[in-house]
Amino acid sequence: MMDEQEFVIDVHGISKSFGSKTVVKNLDMRVAKGEIYGFLGPNGSGKTTFIRMLCGLLKPDKGFGTCLGYDILKESDRIKPHVGYMSQKFSLYGDLTVRENLDFIARMYGLKKCRQAVDECIARMGLETFRNQLAGNLSGGWKQRLTLASCTLHSPKLLLLDEPTAGVDPGARRDFWDEVHKLAAEGITALISTHYMDEAERCHRLAYIAYGDLLASGTVAEMIENSGLATWSVSGKNLHDLSEKLRDMPGIQQVVAFGNTLHISGKDHAAMEKSILPYMSESFRWAKIQTNLEEVFIHLMQQVRNV
Amino acid sequence: MKSEFFSPGRFRAVVVKEFIQMRRDRLTFAMMIGIPLIQLILFGFAINSDPRHLPAVVLSADNSVFSRSVVTAMHNSSYFNVLRSVSSRAEAQQLLAEGEIQFVLTVPEQFGRRLIRGEKPVLLLEADATDPAASANAMTAFREIVSRSVYRELKGPLADLLPGEEPVTLRIHADYNPEGITQYNVVPGLMGVILTLTLVIITGLAITRESERGTMENLLSTPVKPIEVMIGKIFPYILVGYIQILLILTAAKLLFHIPMRGSLPLVFALSLLFIAANLTVGVTFSTVAKNQLQAMQMTIFFFLPSILLSGFMFPFRGMPEWAQYIGQILPLTHYLRIVRGILLKGNGLAQSWCHIWPILLFWGIVLTVGVKRYRRTLD
Repeated sequence: MMDEQEFVIDVHGISKSFGSKTVVKNLDMRVAKGEIYGFLGPNGSGKTTFIRMLCGLLKPDKGFGTCLGYDILKESDRIKPHVGYMSQKFSLYGDLTVRENLDFIARMYGLKKCRQAVDECIARMGLETFRNQLAGNLSGGWKQRLTLASCTLHSPKLLLLDEPTAGVDPGARRDFWDEVHKLAAEGITALISTHYMDEAERCHRLAYIAYGDLLASGTVAEMIENSGLATWSVSGKNLHDLSEKLRDMPGIQQVVAFGNTLHISGKDHAAMEKSILPYMSESFRWAKIQTNLEEVFIHLMQQVRNV
Repeated sequence: MKSEFFSPGRFRAVVVKEFIQMRRDRLTFAMMIGIPLIQLILFGFAINSDPRHLPAVVLSADNSVFSRSVVTAMHNSSYFNVLRSVSSRAEAQQLLAEGEIQFVLTVPEQFGRRLIRGEKPVLLLEADATDPAASANAMTAFREIVSRSVYRELKGPLADLLPGEEPVTLRIHADYNPEGITQYNVVPGLMGVILTLTLVIITGLAITRESERGTMENLLSTPVKPIEVMIGKIFPYILVGYIQILLILTAAKLLFHIPMRGSLPLVFALSLLFIAANLTVGVTFSTVAKNQLQAMQMTIFFFLPSILLSGFMFPFRGMPEWAQYIGQILPLTHYLRIVRGILLKGNGLAQSWCHIWPILLFWGIVLTVGVKRYRRTLD
């Protein structure tokens, strides 16, 4: 449906194993220019390995494809100057100041007018007050902001962000995402891995990977649609007892407590309705609601486990 | 992004970064300056201190003015502490065996009379040479002590015995190992030991720290080349190595009055080789070690044989053969000989060559291993 578009990432059949353990299995991925592409999956599902393969830190065992039009197997030296990579762990120098860190990175990318580029970057990211502070002394949110500054310093065409907002407060996370959207509007493509559902919902497109396999991809709406899940919400008294009773009923796949309500979802709509019918009494209030992403992802994960 | 292979700009940036980090890391910095100073003071004064007042006994069968004069002079020289006279050879040897005394002076019968007759009587000094370094200076001084004291007594009608050859024949019995006992051995040797310790540890740590803290990952996602990182990280420590050499040589001259017979520029030039070899060992360790602790352990693994088997701690020729073979592999062994040779014997490049190529060989092999390992860890 988007054949005519320019793909920044276009890889096929990518596999990677460490020893006998296959971490990424036969993965295909296409990311269009200017897209914010969310990359989701449980811990240890191969997201980090895949991202590292894209930016040339690891070599794929199998597969082929291009990143920014360059061969990911042979031309990682040409890819690197145009990619901004942000690793999971804070990976700038804690014993250098904000300014020194940025200056160092600028020189690594061989920027001309280093000083000017660094000053502009500090101003753009609002880091002025911290410019002479040691990076190691910054709070989590500011560290992450500094890292984003350092990987956008050289005006990359592609951002590879590996769980950039882990452990950052909601305010800082929102600022961070606003920044990413601003960059996307300028034509920068971003591949972002995350565990947060609210962040996933801010992506243009998503991919869900579990234990090396790509399970689903598409826009948020497509993902929910394709899951085929229906969800009911119920409120009332003794919800805990209700959830225990419902959990093993036919057609019910997930029972999740959300404060004073329960969310019950399942794929087989008829069976599910039959199961909850006896409880549609006056003491409970039932409503059919929109399935959310989390339920979709948990559902995907359960499927893999059952296989 | 002009240069495909090596970018001086990026190299410079790595060097600048290393210097800033070195300055901020007070502990490491203190270590680099502190280790040489502490070792110099400990080893320099503790080992090198000129042992004096060594216990001695006299077994004398002569009671002439000459023999008394010799004994008094020995005592006054402060090298010997002449405890008493013994009456039998067996007693003297017993004392020596027990370690009660370090020296036995034996004066033969009719020593004084035969001296006056110009027969050059024999004076025998036996030393307990189990610790050769301990008795070496006293033995060296003995010759001078005897001839002075004897000359002093050759007055008046005996003065015509004065010129020409020595009036007394000296015999000194000891397991004399010339390489092991020179007082000046220790401080030049320390230079090699200090360089080995600090350079291997610091480079080992500097690189594993990058991977341990995760900064290596970030670094490798930039266009920087491994070779730029490597050389950029090593370069500052070459300077550190030279600062240490300067520090030690200055102390050697001012504190310990070590003679410097050979050419100092040659010492500096050949030191570069040794520094490079040690840094390469550190870098290679860091490619194998997974964290800083492992790097540290590996360093100690390398450092112990270096300090024990190189001839720094023990006389090289006093070691068992297998230990000598291991010692021959280590760069420190050869560096010690180069530095001692140049400083103490005044050796030049030609005499040093036989110790240069083993270091070169060692360096080449370690470098090959390091580069191979480094590529692989990058994947």
